[in-house]
Amino acid sequence: MKKFTTVTSTAVPLPNEDIDTDQIIPARFLKATTREGFGENLFRDWRYGADGRPQPDFVLNNSLYRGEILVAGRNFGCGSSREHAAWALADFGFRVVVSSFFADIFAANALNVGLLPVKVSDPFLQQLLAAIAADPGTAITVDLKGERIAIDATGESEQFAIDPYKKLCLLNGYDDIDYLLNLKGEIEAFEARMAGRQ
Amino acid sequence: MAKTLFDKIWNAHVVTSVKGGMEVLYIDRHLIHEVTSPQAFAGLTARGIGVLRPKQTLATADHNVPTVNQHLPIAEPLSRFQVDKLSENCARFGITLYGLGHPRQGIVHVIGPELGITQPGLTMVCGDSHTSTHGAFGCIAFGIGTSQVEQVLASQCLLLSRPKRMRITVDGLLGKGVLAKDIILHIISRLSAAGGTGYFVEYAGSAIRALSMEGRMTVCNMSIEMGARGGLIAPDETTFAYLRDRPFAPTGEGWVRAEAGWRNLFSDDDAHFDRELHFRAEDIEPMLTYGTNPGMAMAVGGQIPADGGDNPASFDKSLHYMGLQPGERMLGKAIQWVFIGSCTNSRIEDLRLVAEFVRGRHKAETVRVLVVPGSKQVEAEARAEGLDKIFAAAGFEFREPGCSACLGMNEDKIPSGEYCVSTSNRNFEGRQGPGARTILASPLTAAAAAVTGRLVDVRNLL
Repeated sequence: MKKFTTVTSTAVPLPNEDIDTDQIIPARFLKATTREGFGENLFRDWRYGADGRPQPDFVLNNSLYRGEILVAGRNFGCGSSREHAAWALADFGFRVVVSSFFADIFAANALNVGLLPVKVSDPFLQQLLAAIAADPGTAITVDLKGERIAIDATGESEQFAIDPYKKLCLLNGYDDIDYLLNLKGEIEAFEARMAGRQ
Repeated sequence: MAKTLFDKIWNAHVVTSVKGGMEVLYIDRHLIHEVTSPQAFAGLTARGIGVLRPKQTLATADHNVPTVNQHLPIAEPLSRFQVDKLSENCARFGITLYGLGHPRQGIVHVIGPELGITQPGLTMVCGDSHTSTHGAFGCIAFGIGTSQVEQVLASQCLLLSRPKRMRITVDGLLGKGVLAKDIILHIISRLSAAGGTGYFVEYAGSAIRALSMEGRMTVCNMSIEMGARGGLIAPDETTFAYLRDRPFAPTGEGWVRAEAGWRNLFSDDDAHFDRELHFRAEDIEPMLTYGTNPGMAMAVGGQIPADGGDNPASFDKSLHYMGLQPGERMLGKAIQWVFIGSCTNSRIEDLRLVAEFVRGRHKAETVRVLVVPGSKQVEAEARAEGLDKIFAAAGFEFREPGCSACLGMNEDKIPSGEYCVSTSNRNFEGRQGPGARTILASPLTAAAAAVTGRLVDVRNLL
């Protein structure tokens, strides 16, 4: 996994609430057997009409908004457990998703692929969206080590929380399998205890 | 100290704790399917490692399979490739596969229970959010992403943060024509699509106890639709009676020992829940969804809310997609499709209920009705009982097992702009195909829509 330290970037606003993983990547695009290329169909049915033409009013088709940070409404990533949603966001170029509330499975998947979910308060989410609306060139800095997200121009910022183990993984580019493979002895001992109990 | 059922099972599976609070949880049973597993196998290969405990993983093909002519090769090349990849991976890593054509093939959450693989007290995972279904047996079951599928294959463990506990108690007697599906839609409509996030739910109360295993599975299945990681119900005589003599259930002395252990699986009287909710069964009516998430649900005779409250933009977008108006009533509205199937409602009990209702009736001219059994076994049982003939006489298409029109991935899709009354679990935009408009309901409400061509209160037809 790629290391994550600090990202400073403009952001793409998507204030809709309850954005489910079927919107992020519709099921009909889940037929691949590799992890690459899902960005092409990110938000497919919001980005393109039935005729395949880009929908001009969708934010990813608006050249004003670019960047590695997606700022989304409450309950982002609800629904299906498809990790393809996190892959699609990362493949498109996002490194951070900011929301005031994340669905559990999506947040776990994102952390496992090096896409940082940053949970902020509702008021700070509104501040971010207002700052981006006022100036799409607004730079935002996400500092994983300091667990802080800031609007660079105004200095307004907020702390965010992350599990210390997952933080260490992201900072160093480790993943859970590296960790679990080192536990083989403990796992076998656990299995022996379970067998003894039955 | 008094413990919840959830904590009893979780504690028994903790291999070790990680600094900072995460825990390494041992996974007893792992189910896989063609869509969320290929990248996990590729990951193992890239690392040069194998599957630690291949006997604890079971595979089936369900999401991407056609539901007609399953004896022929899959026509769509990408789907065929993905299903073939599953066969190849299972053969290579020594995993049992109930693939297309196998008499035990079916939707992963239907076959686990019917084969007796799902048992009380276990930890079970699958790369599918509706893994919560299995909690109906009093086990901890939840959906995971593909990186976690790879973790389980590699280590039979997962690194997890322990969720909070919620108990939802439903007491009382359900009214005529009100099913398990209505219970869970009612609960989600009160909690919202995010109200359970961060929690693992235990369902309790006399109305839950009175449900069959099929009904309990329907309730637990949709736990994820309020954001909960999973849901579970303490096992009881109903659970034991269902499991006895299933192919993978313990036998003889093994059964006696297992059942004795299962009888200890309940929340202690004074166990602490982080959140407790109570509902009265008598308040629950047949339900319908009107929006684009399962929290946007109401009683069949109700009115769509007049406004979207805190988030008018999302509400308006949702109703615009559905072609509905704020404040409108849904009763009497014409629909074009009915889908009876999915891991929520494709079990034999669901099909029996629908068949009993439609016997001697016929579908409306304007409606197309798909009935998709959850497994080969359900299909065989339905045929043995003559349900297929009742469906045929009613003009319903009885198909072969798979996820079908639940998710717009395989060939079964609802055309853009058309309304489908569906017994599945998600009414997201495009879930049943681009532009498709899904109205979630119980199998009885769906059957009533099929015969009338409209949204109706099934209680008036019973």
